[in-house]
Amino acid sequence: MTVAQIIFYLIAALAVGGALGVVLARNAVYAALFLILALLAVAGVYILLGSEFLALVQVLIYAGAITVLLLFALMLTRTTDVAESMTGAQWPLAVVVSMLLGGLLIVTVTTSDWPGDADGTITRILFEDLGAALFTQWAVPFEIASLVLFVALVGAIVIAREEEGE
Amino acid sequence: MEAVTQQIPLEHFLALSAILFSLGIYGVLTRRNAVLILMSVELMLNAASINMVAFAAYASPELFTGMIFAIFIITVAAAEVGLALAIILRVYRNRGTANVDEVSDLKW
Repeated sequence: MTVAQIIFYLIAALAVGGALGVVLARNAVYAALFLILALLAVAGVYILLGSEFLALVQVLIYAGAITVLLLFALMLTRTTDVAESMTGAQWPLAVVVSMLLGGLLIVTVTTSDWPGDADGTITRILFEDLGAALFTQWAVPFEIASLVLFVALVGAIVIAREEEGE
Repeated sequence: MEAVTQQIPLEHFLALSAILFSLGIYGVLTRRNAVLILMSVELMLNAASINMVAFAAYASPELFTGMIFAIFIITVAAAEVGLALAIILRVYRNRGTANVDEVSDLKW
């Protein structure tokens, strides 16, 4: 086993463990903390795949901002940590469905012929190349993304603000 | 661009993504609280991003289309979480609960 393989399986185990914590934790706050673990592990996967920028964005926006927002929502909706209220009664069916789907996906993935995985080399993506592509070839989607963020921000404020007489 | 040689087959990244995605599906199906459902959706979005980045890294590293796609996924996820949390707050303020099975007026 090479170092890269050991690191990958370690990170994969962390990601799966974190994801299990997210869906199984009895306490909602613990679930959010497990989500941070899973997201950081995914950032590690991005580094292994050669894109440090994506890993940075993942840590800053996902593990930083989005989880803090989720924790705030848990606080504001006073989500209780009563064990029985966290999971619905249909969980055995959900286990069957998700295991079937996961098994199907893994079988499909391992039996398919994927192009370009012969040499097993990963090219490191440099920040400047990614930035140049983002601002030339992908400039229009980039601007649309800023519009999406703006509309979501305004919409969130309009939906969540207290109205007069409420 | 400097190449980092490693011996992990592409299938292992895809399998990791498949596992994360089905765990997210399980969370969406079982959790009652809307915020926890949102966390499971984040897991599924991350699984999709891993797929994109893995395909980009193995199949066409000179184009990095997958990385650009993952950046847009993260942007849209940020917008989605902000909006969804506003809606959850509004539902909680009106109904006193954030459990999706107790907000079932449209169900017959």
